[in-house]
Amino acid sequence: MGGSASQLPRDLLGEYQELTFLTKQEILLAHKRFSELLSKEERESILQKRVPKSKILTLPELRANPFRDRICRVFSTSEDGDGSMSFEDFLDMLSVFSDSATSEIKSHYAFRIFDFDDDGTLDRKDLEKLVNCLTGEGDETRLSESEMDQLIQNFLQDRAVMALRPF
Amino acid sequence: MTQPVSFTLHVPESRDGASPDLSLCDESAVHNSFQQLLQEQSMEEPELELEELELQELTLGGRENLAAGHTEAWEEPESRREHPDFSSATLLILANMPSRTIGRSRGAIISQFYNRTVKLRRRSSRPPLRQVSRSARPSLRQYDLELDSGHAEQKDTHSLLVKELQSLSSSQRSHMLQAMPVCLAEKRSLRQELGGHRSTLRKPDKTRRPLSCCGQLKHVFLTGFRSLWDGFLSLLHSLQPWHHSLKQISGRFGSSVLSYFLFLKTLLMFNIFLFLTLLIFVVATQAAYPPATKNSRLFTGLELLTGAGSFTQTLMYYGYYSNFTLNDACTPVSSSCQPGRGHLPYNMPLAYVFTIGVSFFITCILLVYSMSRSFGESYRVGSTSGDFAIKVFCAWDYKVIQRRSVRLQNENIRTQLKELLGEQQSKSRPMSLCRKLGRMVVLSLAWAVSVGTVVGCIVAVYYFAEHMLKVHRDSRDEESSEAQQEALLLALPVVVSLMNLVMPYLYNLLAAWEKQESPALEVYVAIFRNLILKMIVLGLLCYHWLSRKMGYSTEDNCWETSVGQELYRFVVMDFVFTLLDTFLGELLWRLILEKRLMRKQRPEFDIARNVLELIYGQTLTWLGVLFCPLLPAVQILKLVLLFYIKKTSLMKNCQSPSKLWRASHMSTVFITLLCFPSFLGAAIFLSYTIWAVKPSIACGPFRMQETIYESGKTWIQELEKSSPNITWFTWIHQHLVENTFFLFFVSGVLLAVIYLHIQVVKGHRRIICLLKEQIAHEGEDKVFLIQKLQCIYGKQETCP
Repeated sequence: MGGSASQLPRDLLGEYQELTFLTKQEILLAHKRFSELLSKEERESILQKRVPKSKILTLPELRANPFRDRICRVFSTSEDGDGSMSFEDFLDMLSVFSDSATSEIKSHYAFRIFDFDDDGTLDRKDLEKLVNCLTGEGDETRLSESEMDQLIQNFLQDRAVMALRPF
Repeated sequence: MTQPVSFTLHVPESRDGASPDLSLCDESAVHNSFQQLLQEQSMEEPELELEELELQELTLGGRENLAAGHTEAWEEPESRREHPDFSSATLLILANMPSRTIGRSRGAIISQFYNRTVKLRRRSSRPPLRQVSRSARPSLRQYDLELDSGHAEQKDTHSLLVKELQSLSSSQRSHMLQAMPVCLAEKRSLRQELGGHRSTLRKPDKTRRPLSCCGQLKHVFLTGFRSLWDGFLSLLHSLQPWHHSLKQISGRFGSSVLSYFLFLKTLLMFNIFLFLTLLIFVVATQAAYPPATKNSRLFTGLELLTGAGSFTQTLMYYGYYSNFTLNDACTPVSSSCQPGRGHLPYNMPLAYVFTIGVSFFITCILLVYSMSRSFGESYRVGSTSGDFAIKVFCAWDYKVIQRRSVRLQNENIRTQLKELLGEQQSKSRPMSLCRKLGRMVVLSLAWAVSVGTVVGCIVAVYYFAEHMLKVHRDSRDEESSEAQQEALLLALPVVVSLMNLVMPYLYNLLAAWEKQESPALEVYVAIFRNLILKMIVLGLLCYHWLSRKMGYSTEDNCWETSVGQELYRFVVMDFVFTLLDTFLGELLWRLILEKRLMRKQRPEFDIARNVLELIYGQTLTWLGVLFCPLLPAVQILKLVLLFYIKKTSLMKNCQSPSKLWRASHMSTVFITLLCFPSFLGAAIFLSYTIWAVKPSIACGPFRMQETIYESGKTWIQELEKSSPNITWFTWIHQHLVENTFFLFFVSGVLLAVIYLHIQVVKGHRRIICLLKEQIAHEGEDKVFLIQKLQCIYGKQETCP
């Protein structure tokens, strides 16, 4: 929090605080983490730069997340659709995942993250991909065909609306 | 030739929605699937229709609820995939369905929030509907947009939203902006538009006249204060104890093991609070005015274990504290007042009892508050039968960071899912009568064994305590050395701690043998048995101490000090045996597994058992606070050491738990257990001691009184006599505290509030059931209508 050149201006900080669910400390921490992802020259104009997806995924919390690609896709506002994130996208992501976000906004984004093919519905394919993300990357760790069928059958029959605690 | 345009929804929204910069980046990708299909299907159709179609796809969705859009999406859209031969017309209509476009286009989101703000405003001040249609005043017509859809056509919904947001109060507006699921850049532009119309700036507007001297000063003061406060908060954040360690633990082992360490931290906070209050009001003031008698004993190392010896006549125990007013100008003996002394007389007995009472009361409030908060977080109002949904969506522990642990978690989830599926299959096959009987026998046997062990332990502890008392009395009569006498005192704590060490392993074995239906149930049953044992043994010991108090007296007949010493011994022995348990159960077991049995598996960290040990230790502290005011300090030291020892042992010896725990649920259980058997028991013991037990005559702050509570009563009476102006205070005491009617009344109100909450929750459950049924029906209706639509278009297309 010293007098570095890439300090966030005060009114911008206040604005971010109003528009997101993050506190001032959290926004400053986010700023620090984000600037670590950029190279030294880029840090001057941190607010205009976009960080490519590969770099974002080096953050340890995201690296371990099974839905990391989808998260980057959903929160990114880049026109190319390559999943690169600006600082505001990063703040958006942290705001939705923070503890003080309403469950409504969390469920909205959770729905978008789980909707792998972006068609507005959570159908069979999405559920299959979801379960595969959870059980692991390799082929030997996945559920067999019959097990997957049975699981999805159960899933679609049971219309329980659940509270999204993990987010 | 079909006329799709006339049948499609007349979406009366803006035509300029086709501009590409209005949409989110992935909107084109989203509609790619549909666009491609439509392009394929309608290759012969004229360009115009295609453009119009694109326009209508990009336009704002309907006014349906976003939530309904979500839950509706659970339905399998049989339309496209299973019936690829749907006519193009049907597909066009399906593409325009609100549930396909909602949640994708930012405009849809904005329109949905626009409707919500309208509803909000309507809720606050709604004129009756009849008046609106007949009213000639144009301003009122804005209230009901559903009647007047033409109104929305004219303006962009975006600017309408801006206008609506302006009419809200600033807190409502900021709340609305925060909760909108659009990207931050969009929110900032909205805010700027709002800021342009109303001056909501915090800083003074530069166009206004310069501030007066006072205003400037105030501004400087405020900004200075704010920056100081920010600095303080960030310092507080960095000072959080063990932040890095906790992150390390959760990264490797997940949030279930983390919940143990967080619970330890919570207990530490409670003890620090208790210690600080007692330090300030009781210990420090007594230390400033030590009593006349000097400590005759020398310090040997044994005192640290037994708490007796040279520790007896120190600040540690009840017996040291004076029963008169410290620093009093008028001594009762000489009945002469010395001016100059006694600027701050301090009534020691009153301070003692009030400090302990008030700190217990505050601890109670804090416990109930944290319990209700964690209960609210973890309790789900909906049905409990959605196992698969829960497992799939909530199973992943996002705190885990390390690669190996992530892989382990993948495996765990896979195993869990397979187990669930297997269980479901076996459930569909009903159990034969023989197997049911077998299960009954196993269960009843297990319970019989556990109850038997509890009873056995109780009887053993009782007789052993009596025996030790006799032995101690004999040794005192025989004039054996002090050290030997005091070493004998250690026998009872050692036996009880040994029992507490060994029995939980037995209960774990029993639980494994029983094989309950679900692993969660297994854990709860083991916790329950363990808890019953510990609490009943503690209850027995309390009874033993209070009823045999004369037997324990030391040379100056101070039974409270000896009870305090007993509790000190119990706390220390508990610590020693916890260390032993960590050493044997984790380190030794790992070495055995690796070297002897050559297995790669490491022992697991048994969360339930460790948490119960913490709760037991805390109960001992709360029981002993009255007799040994420095016991919270001992407990603080113990907890700090325990944190580091457990963490080291965890990192070196253990592996992450194989059962997937719901950490939030477990934290609720832990804190409930802390509140109910543990704190409640201690409070009952304390109340009984204060109200009904006669304090010893020769020592302590309450020597001359019948009960400890009497000191409070005498004080009230003296107060009444000395200053008749505050009769209201004594009136309160007489009619509210002494009178039992008031207490009954308060309990009645509390019970009524609890009942109300239970009924509300039940009502919510019923509503959820009804809504689920409604969703199912809507889905069926939709399927029916799609089929009918297909019939119509299909017939038309086959016509030449």
